Amino acid sequence: MTNKTERIIRLSVSYLILLIAVIIVIYPLLWVIGSSLNPGQSLSGSTMFPEDPTFKHYMGLFDTEKSNYVLWYLNSMKISLITMVFAVISVAFTGYAFSRYRFIGRKNGLLTFLVLQMIPNFAALIAIFVLANRTGLLDTHAGLILIYVGGQIPMNTWLMKGYLDTIPKELDESARMDGAGHLRIFWQIIMPLSKPIIAVVALFSFIAPFGDFILARIMLRSEEKFTMGVGLYELVSKQFGNEFTTFAAGSVLIAIPITILFLSFQKYFISGLTAGGTKG
Amino acid sequence: MNSNVTTKHRKNAGLLSIIPGFGQFYNKQFVKGIIFLVLTVAFFSSFSQTLNWGFWGLITLGEIPILDHSIFLLIDGIIALLVAIIGLGIYAFNIYDAFNNGKKRDEGFLLNSVREQYHNLLDNGFPYLMISPGFLLLIFVVIFPIIFVILLSFTNYDLYHSPPAKLVDWVGIQNYIDIFKLDLWRSTFFGVLGWTIVWTFGATTLQVAIGVFLAVVINQKDLKGKAFFRTILILPWAVPAFVSILIFSGMFNESFGVVNTQILSMLGIDAIPWMTEEVWTRLALILIQSWLGFPFIFAMTTGVLQSIPEELYEAANVDGASLFQKFRGITLPMVLYATAPILITQYTFNFNNFNVIFLFNGGGPAIPGQNAGGTDILISWIYQLTMTSGQYGKAAAITMLLSLIVVAVALWQFKRTNSFKEEDMM
Repeated sequence: MTNKTERIIRLSVSYLILLIAVIIVIYPLLWVIGSSLNPGQSLSGSTMFPEDPTFKHYMGLFDTEKSNYVLWYLNSMKISLITMVFAVISVAFTGYAFSRYRFIGRKNGLLTFLVLQMIPNFAALIAIFVLANRTGLLDTHAGLILIYVGGQIPMNTWLMKGYLDTIPKELDESARMDGAGHLRIFWQIIMPLSKPIIAVVALFSFIAPFGDFILARIMLRSEEKFTMGVGLYELVSKQFGNEFTTFAAGSVLIAIPITILFLSFQKYFISGLTAGGTKG
Repeated sequence: MNSNVTTKHRKNAGLLSIIPGFGQFYNKQFVKGIIFLVLTVAFFSSFSQTLNWGFWGLITLGEIPILDHSIFLLIDGIIALLVAIIGLGIYAFNIYDAFNNGKKRDEGFLLNSVREQYHNLLDNGFPYLMISPGFLLLIFVVIFPIIFVILLSFTNYDLYHSPPAKLVDWVGIQNYIDIFKLDLWRSTFFGVLGWTIVWTFGATTLQVAIGVFLAVVINQKDLKGKAFFRTILILPWAVPAFVSILIFSGMFNESFGVVNTQILSMLGIDAIPWMTEEVWTRLALILIQSWLGFPFIFAMTTGVLQSIPEELYEAANVDGASLFQKFRGITLPMVLYATAPILITQYTFNFNNFNVIFLFNGGGPAIPGQNAGGTDILISWIYQLTMTSGQYGKAAAITMLLSLIVVAVALWQFKRTNSFKEEDMM
């Protein structure tokens, strides 16, 4: 009997804890959805469950004459996609070279990457700012993309190398016996086998620029070049509270696709991180 | 095979290659020698101007205001430095190659023919070819900025010494001395450093604890609705962080935010000055970061828990272990062991977590007698010094101090990670 009561107490306490956790997690998200449906503009008048909900703020965002939101959306997509493509290509190359070849400078190269992945590349923000200014890359998307790609290389190279190390070397050796060249082995044997890790690297290097704020904020000056993060921040900070409901609508629109993308690829994220983490 | 007693090819070839290419000529590898010689001539004829100008600029940082732009000279100087390093690298390789081939001759081996050299180059060069695009990019967007910051921290570059109207000068370690000697800078630096450490350990430990705890609670065998709870609890990770932080910044607004107007008033608590009083802003930040960060730990722990063999718990049950004992003796060690490397990256992440600090309250509230805000961590203070007060030299020095801490932690972790000790890994 005591066993049974103990079990009931344990489960009830567990459910209670989980209920509280769920409320704390959900509340801010529901609140912002509620705010976005408020008819008013300001933070002060908005309630979580408006009496006369309206979609006018969503409409307003798509009105390209009044709002740059669509532009920001496209900018963010463009920057993230291009970053992803370049990052995947260069990471596949570097990861493969570090995993399969023994060359002079390999050990130091790996060490350099390990240390670089620890220092966020925006730590050198003064330098990035001055250099971009000097080279005329300030306020251009190209400059921002270059920085993002460079920032993605060290960590993802480690992930890639960790994964490639698990693919047996006998495979490439037998291919080499059959007369396959370096590029052929890389392209036709190793790459098809490393699809899972390529997916992980692609996801990481897409999400990172999308969620970045500081570099975009330093690099981008004109409003029509802003990314989502900088744009939304400007929207709130310009006159805090006065355009809050518009901001809320913008947040909801950006959060929904990312959340869906994220939830559907969640497993890869975790497997990719643990694979790279325990290996390196 | 005994010829190594009589010949001294390695020494001769090595010495001769002080003039690039001649060592190779001595080894009768004429094509290679000519390539080295041509490379050297080309290097000097195309870069001598760059090098001359660059090193002059690097040493003087310009002599005439308006005409000489110190910062541009500094950049050109770094380029010259990199070019010189690459040149020296090729030069060293030339000597190494001549010496090595001389050694081969001493030992009586035949040297490779041109065709073999070409194939060798292709084989050995392939990995370099593969890493070069990534590495070049790294040099320009990561390594170049780092060198720049290092050099900048030894200059007096600030609003009063701002080119082109004024020149920037080398000041040695004056910036570092100022940070530790001048009262305003010293108190600010240690204040910010203290909070950065409290923040890093407080926020990270809390998010780890919550994540592990919830994962363990959900993982109970007889608990229903696992999938539902797991999906909901992962949401804060899925929503882009900058969006959530801005939302929280609205919720914690002192006069209009829901936290004060609804939640606390419902509980009968007076409005709390979340944005204007240091202590409360700090508390809010730690709570918010826990909200943002726990799902990641939660998801990872869930993965680990599912891989713990059931027999361990059964054996513990036989021994009559309590719930808590099982948690402490089995679950926690297993989880910590599997996730330790990632936990450390969580700490370094929060150490530099600019977004949450800056987007929530801009590092504020302002503190009298300090030139950083009450919740500024090192990285956001650097941002402020650079972007708003133009204290570039000081900001660079602080960046150096910050990097020192991060690199120390990185190397410490590197030493602990066993996989590096495997012969083949490195």
